[in-house]
Parts: sequence; C-alpha cells; structure tokens
Amino acid sequence: MAKRSRAGLFIVLALAAILALLPAGQGSAAVFNPETFTLDNGLQVVVIPNHRTPVVTHMIWYKVGAADEQTGHSGIAHLLEHLMFKGTPTHGPGEFSTLVSRNGGQENAFTSWDYTAYYQSVAKDRLPLVMELEADRMTNLVLNDEQIASEKEVVLEERRQRVENDPGAILDIYADATLFFNHPYRRPIIGWENEIRDLAVADVLAFYRRWYAPNNAILVVAGDVTADEVRSLAERYYGGIARADTPPRANIQEPPAKTPRRIEMSDPRVRQETWSRSYIAPSAVYGARELADPLEVLAYVLGGGPSSLLYRKLVVEDGLADQAQVSYEADMRGPAQFVIGVQPREGVSLATIESAVDAVIADVIAAGVGSEDVVRAKRRLQAEAVYARDSISDGAQVLGRALAIGMPVAHVEGWPARIAAVSADQVNAAARAVLDPGGSVTALLRSEGEQQAAAQ
Amino acid sequence: MNTANRLGGALRRATLSVALFAILALVLLSMASPAHAVEVQRVTGGGVEAWLVEDHTNPIITVRLAFRGGAALDPADKSGLAEMVAALLDEGAGDLDSTAFHERLEDLAISLSFDADLDAVSGKVETLSDNRDAAFALLRQALTAPRFDAEPVARVRSQLQARARAVLEDPDAVASQAFFAMAFPDHPYGRPAGGTADSLAAISVKDLQAFVPSRLTKDRLVIGVVGDVTADELAALLQRTFADLPAQGDAAAVADVEPNIHGQTVVVPTGAPQSAIVFGQRGLARDDPDFYAATVLAHILGSGPFTSRLYQEVREQRGLVYTVYASLAPLDRAALILGSAGTVNDRAGETLKVIRSVWSDIARNGVDASDLADAKTYLTGSFPLRFTSSGRIAGILVSMQLEHLGIDYLDRRNGLIEAVTLDDVNRLAHGLLAPDSLAFVVAGAPVGVEANN
Repeated sequence: MAKRSRAGLFIVLALAAILALLPAGQGSAAVFNPETFTLDNGLQVVVIPNHRTPVVTHMIWYKVGAADEQTGHSGIAHLLEHLMFKGTPTHGPGEFSTLVSRNGGQENAFTSWDYTAYYQSVAKDRLPLVMELEADRMTNLVLNDEQIASEKEVVLEERRQRVENDPGAILDIYADATLFFNHPYRRPIIGWENEIRDLAVADVLAFYRRWYAPNNAILVVAGDVTADEVRSLAERYYGGIARADTPPRANIQEPPAKTPRRIEMSDPRVRQETWSRSYIAPSAVYGARELADPLEVLAYVLGGGPSSLLYRKLVVEDGLADQAQVSYEADMRGPAQFVIGVQPREGVSLATIESAVDAVIADVIAAGVGSEDVVRAKRRLQAEAVYARDSISDGAQVLGRALAIGMPVAHVEGWPARIAAVSADQVNAAARAVLDPGGSVTALLRSEGEQQAAAQ
Repeated sequence: MNTANRLGGALRRATLSVALFAILALVLLSMASPAHAVEVQRVTGGGVEAWLVEDHTNPIITVRLAFRGGAALDPADKSGLAEMVAALLDEGAGDLDSTAFHERLEDLAISLSFDADLDAVSGKVETLSDNRDAAFALLRQALTAPRFDAEPVARVRSQLQARARAVLEDPDAVASQAFFAMAFPDHPYGRPAGGTADSLAAISVKDLQAFVPSRLTKDRLVIGVVGDVTADELAALLQRTFADLPAQGDAAAVADVEPNIHGQTVVVPTGAPQSAIVFGQRGLARDDPDFYAATVLAHILGSGPFTSRLYQEVREQRGLVYTVYASLAPLDRAALILGSAGTVNDRAGETLKVIRSVWSDIARNGVDASDLADAKTYLTGSFPLRFTSSGRIAGILVSMQLEHLGIDYLDRRNGLIEAVTLDDVNRLAHGLLAPDSLAFVVAGAPVGVEANN
C-alpha cells in the first residue's frame, strides 16, 4: 500500500511486474552487480551504481510488514507508514516532505505483507540531506492523537479508493482471506476497517519501536554513486543509531489444504465479469523453493502473453475470453500464489470459462508443456534481466525486496543462470505439484444480472 | 499488493483511469527538462527525422514514436477507430499472421505495441541491440502492411468493448468521461477516446484499412530513440523502416475549442461508497508565453507532490481524501486546468467547498516569494529525475517534438522556469484562476452537493 499517492501503488504494481518477469541478465551474466556491506549496528547496505544521469534513489526497507502485525491490529504497518511523515523533535510536521521537495526531490513509501519501504529520488549532491532525514525518523518519530485521527481518515479514504470503490478488489481481499487458513497473508495489507479505526497512538508507537531499527533495515542506494561514497555517508548518518533488541520474525507455515474453495460475489456495479483461481505455491524462500524457478517459467508458458497456452486457447482459438493470464510472484517471505485470471467475452458464462481452463490444466498435467514453449519463455525471461538493468530504480526495488524477505543478493544475481537451466521436466513437475485443487480458491465476480439469470 | 494478483484488479487498474492520467502524463512530460548528461542528436533517413540519445551502457534500444492526430479525428459514429487500429497493428502484418507475429516478437524478446489518445497514435519498441534489425523490420511491417485478419479484428473489437464497459465500473473514469462530455459537448474531445460498445461495433475492416495510409504518414510522424545505436546506424534503420510510408495523408484536423466550463456541478449517480470528483477550468495552451508561469502556479496550487495548497488543506489538515491534485492539461486544441479527488460520500460537499476556497484564496491573495522560490527549486531540481530510464527519455524526445519545443529545449527549460517572476505568477493567479467558473463532476452518491446544470 502506498503511503500517499497513486504513484505509490504503481510502484508496487510495477515492481510486481518486474518481479513476475524478474531480474534479467543475458545468458548466465549477473543482473545488477551491486556492492553490499553491513554497518556495525547491523544496517545492511546495497549500492547499485548507474551513471546515466546525476541522480540517486535512496531507499530504506524495514523487515516488517502486514504479515507481522499482531491479531486485532491489522493495518498497523501501513498506518505507521503514513505516520512516518509526521515529524520528529528535529524536523517538525510536514518538514520532511517540504525539504525533499524544496531540494527537487521526489519521494513516496509503500507497505506490503513482508516489508515497509521509504524512498527519495534526488540529485546526487542531495544524498546527505535525505540520509539525514531518513536516519532521523528511524528512531525519533513523534505522534499525537490528533495526527493519528486525521491520518486514519486518509487511510480509510485510501481503502475506499483502492478497495471499496472496486468490486474486483473487494473480491481479491476475500479470496486471500479464503485461500490461507493460517498464514497472516489472509489479512488485507491495508487492514480491516474496524481494526484500523481502533488503532491507538500507543499501539503504533509500540510497533514502531519494536521493528524500526538499523539491524532490521536495509539501505539501498542506486544511481550515480560509488560504494565508497555511500559507505562514508551511511556511517556518518546511520552509523550512530543504536542496534535494538528486535525480535525474530515469526515463520508461520500454511498447513496442507484438502478442500478446494469457491467464492463468488455479485454487485450491481460490475460491468465486466471475471473468473480467477489462486493456488498456494512455494516461493523462492518458502516451502519447496526449488520449484520457484520452474514455476516462473510455467507462469509464462501458461499465461505470460499473447503466445501463452491459455491466451492462445481461450482467447484466440476458442474466442471464449477477452483476457487470460497468469501471475506468480516468487519473492514472498511466506507462501506465494499462482493465479490464473480470465475475463470472459460478453455472453460467455463463467462456467464455460472454468471448464475451458480446467481442460488446459488437465492437458498440462497429463501431457506436459511443449519444450518449444519452455525455450521461448526462458529466452524471454532472460532478456527481461537485461531490460531490468536499464532503469535506476528497478534494481533498488528488486534487491530491497529480496533482502527484506531473507533472500541473498547472490540468489537475485544468479536468476538468469538458473532460469537458463530449467528443463521442461522440471516445469511439468512443478505444474503437477502446484496445480492441485485442494490448495486453491476459485473466485467469481458476477454482474447482478447474471446472478439473477442463474438463479431462475 | 494483493489486488495486483488477480486479473480483475490488474486489468481495471491498467486500463481504466486512462483518460485522466494519459493527459496528465503528457503534462508531466512537457514539464520535464534537461539533463546536462543528455545530448540530443537529430538523425534523418527515409524521409523522416528522429531525435536520438545515444547510451551504450546496456545492449538495449528503446524507440517511441507518435503520429499527430489521434482519437479526436475518429468519425462520431465510429469513435474508438484510432485505438482499434493501434491495437491491431501488432496482430499480424505482411506474411506473418497474428500468432506468427507474436511468436516472432517473443522469440526475439522484442516488445512492440501501439496506443492512441485524443491527439496522437503512439508506438513503442524495445529490443536488445542484437535483434535491432529484426525489431525495426517488424515495426515497418506493422506500420505499412497490417493484415486486419478476421480473428484478431473480432478479438480486439471484443477486448475494446470490454474495456469500454469496464470504464463504467470505475468511478474515477466515469467522472472523467462525464467531465469531458460536459466541457466539450459538440467536439470530439467530449467523446471517449476508446469508443463505446456501439461505436466499436460499427467499425469495419475497410475503415481500419483506410486509416493506415491516410494517418500513418511521414508528415505526422515524430520519433525518439534512446540506447545502444549510433547516429549512422539509426539513419540506415530509418531508411529501411520508414521510407515506404506515404509522405502525407489526409489533411484532417481537429478544430480549436473553448471548453464549456462555467461553474457547473454535475452529479453522476453510482453505487460506490466514495465519490470520485473531477474538477477543472480553462487553462493555458502549451505555446502560451505564460505557460511556465502557469506551471509554477499549478505546482503551488495542486501539482506539488505532498506540498501543494490543495494537498495541505484537503488532505493534511482535514483528512478528507487520499488523493487530491490539480495540474495544467493542455490538449492540442483546448487547454484545461484539471484536478481530481476522492472522498467518502458524506463528506463530498465539504470537500468541494474546501477545493473552491483554496482556489479562491490563491486567486484573491496570490502566492508569496517563498512559495515561488520553493516551486522553482522543485521544478528545476527534479528535472533530471525524468531521465532515469530509456523509456522515459524516449517519451520526452517525442513530447518535445509533438509540442514544438525545439531540440535545445532540454538546455533551455530550467532557464524558462527560473525566469518566472512573482509578478507573472500573481498576474495569472488573479487573471487565470476563476473560482466562480470552476466546474465539478462528482460520480457517487454525494451528500451536500447541489447539481446546478
């Protein structure tokens, strides 16, 4: 969840897209070639030099997110993200953003289940300024009741804008809550409305003091800098912050599921019906992690674009759907999701779509995917690694997210080589392991009219 | 983000708020400026000109191109034509049918796509430099020999109709469409660029075929290229790619129009809990001598991220919204200042009141020297931030040409901002900002909002 503007959300979506296709590198070359080191107080530092323009992106990632919230406090990680802009004894309310803006900087922040991140992009000579500001609010945040009351209203407006105004987004939240029996990914990142309303200043400050510390954070600086420059600045601004007694993050496991679940929602606002199925899947660091790379290839073969199996079959050949795609994000600290989404053509029922998807899946399980499709997907994914090097911010986002979920830098850098080594057999084995209805939720978004027709 | 996972949310987000944001993106680009590190070269070949920024750091070439004249030239009963053509250019060309064309793009890891907005039909190509000859050859085929086979035509028509339906589900898009319909009642800017289910149904293959030679022509074309290619190499690629395009097509042009905005408040009932608010008034054309002073004024009023007067008063002080902004929105044939906000239905009336009072306050009292200084340091200092990826730089090269800013614009732009005086900004604050004529469209079930049109 982005703190403030839509821009934040787009960052997260863009990141998801990058990660879905992820890191790039031609052949077995590395991807971002970062330099890394750790300060004495435990702050991990990643530097990604990119000299295309005299600009830097400075990010702080905290290894805490919505999945770390205590029961009853959903939304606290995200509310804290908003409140981090309210000031410290040194820099009063609003001063952070005013200073960044006055110095030609752009900034935002975002929260996910696994991390909370803050960033500024500035001319390179303003890096000391943003470091000073970010280091200051790592431990010196000041909050009062009035600020939190007003910011809760903002967050509730954000919730309305992102979720309640969008029937598809409402259904997504219930699909997550239905997919995970036990893992905290069942909670919406933005929180349940009643629990957001009940959060108090003391709760937020306790969460802040528990998790915000140099030994629980990652500093990522990308752009027109060298590791030596960043090291001396980081020591100067962050080095003096004391290590804290941060608790270990819980490693909550999702039990095996035996029951396929179905949810459906109809809403008079819906003009475009959708069908989706989400399967619980291993991630790059959770469960059968050796399946993560084959699953990325499978996602591309099955639903990665106009040449994918589902698109070709449902959209092009049979004309049943307007869209068909798959998403799989391997970069989750807990269980990942392998999601098939389809938008039917007008007049085609969701039941027809479901049968058609089931037939494609049954075929993949029985006969396997074609080796030509696997070769094509691998080539495309590896090229994405080259493209990912182009932008100053992509590397910062990919590496920050990786470290925040406990994935080593070497794992990101080795991604193209591992993708190159994935075989069609591995892809098919991953398909058989994950496309198991027991661990799935099928979600139907219906227009009211369709619902009534079906009831008659 | 959970909502990104599933198709519904992803699609909606990707497509729906487009009307408003497409325009704003243009504005942002037009404000973008110079990076001292950026040297723009003029390259010609095949009867066309491209602006090039060489960068050999990574083996990637990024191309953006645009043909002047977009959806606003669509016949009234066939709105959506430009978008439909754009969506079909990569669905089969020359001897490659749709499937073969996409497989070739996939095999070579080339991205190639087209889009249309009100004022232009645009294309994007991204390729590894090893595959550049193939990438430009596919681009040439798409622009000169699209097939418009029956299957992709039926499929894309259905996809665009679905998108037109889905727009009606998104309160922001509903409000935006209604605002444009109100502001441009007898002008193509008032019609949805993506068309409607009916207008898309009326488009024939003949219409699609006729569009290509008449609109995808050299006289309408601008090109921006960034990446791993030299000027000489690019000249040869331009020759091979664009030489066969018609030199010129039909001379159709959209008429200039004065927006019909005079303090209206329009309510579009929806079932959403949050009212989507789009508001605006007359703006300034991109080539107006006061455009840079207006840019500074708009920054202080509503476009400065997290610092603007609207943000402070509506969000920070009162917690009324998550998003609120206003910025210049110059189209080719009309100019607006356009803003948006979203608030729970119960507080819609209060939100309108606060927006109007911020508008009135600046119109009456102007801004002060520190507002001006802060706006200038932001607008000039953030300029290099626009140059952080090849795609953004190529997009800026295209905007500079579409807007006739000159190839040296990047070097001049910060000077244009610096030259703005307090008198300039306050003259515009008093003369341009018109709180009484500020118009609002509210999609939702707003409380305390009186419709008056």
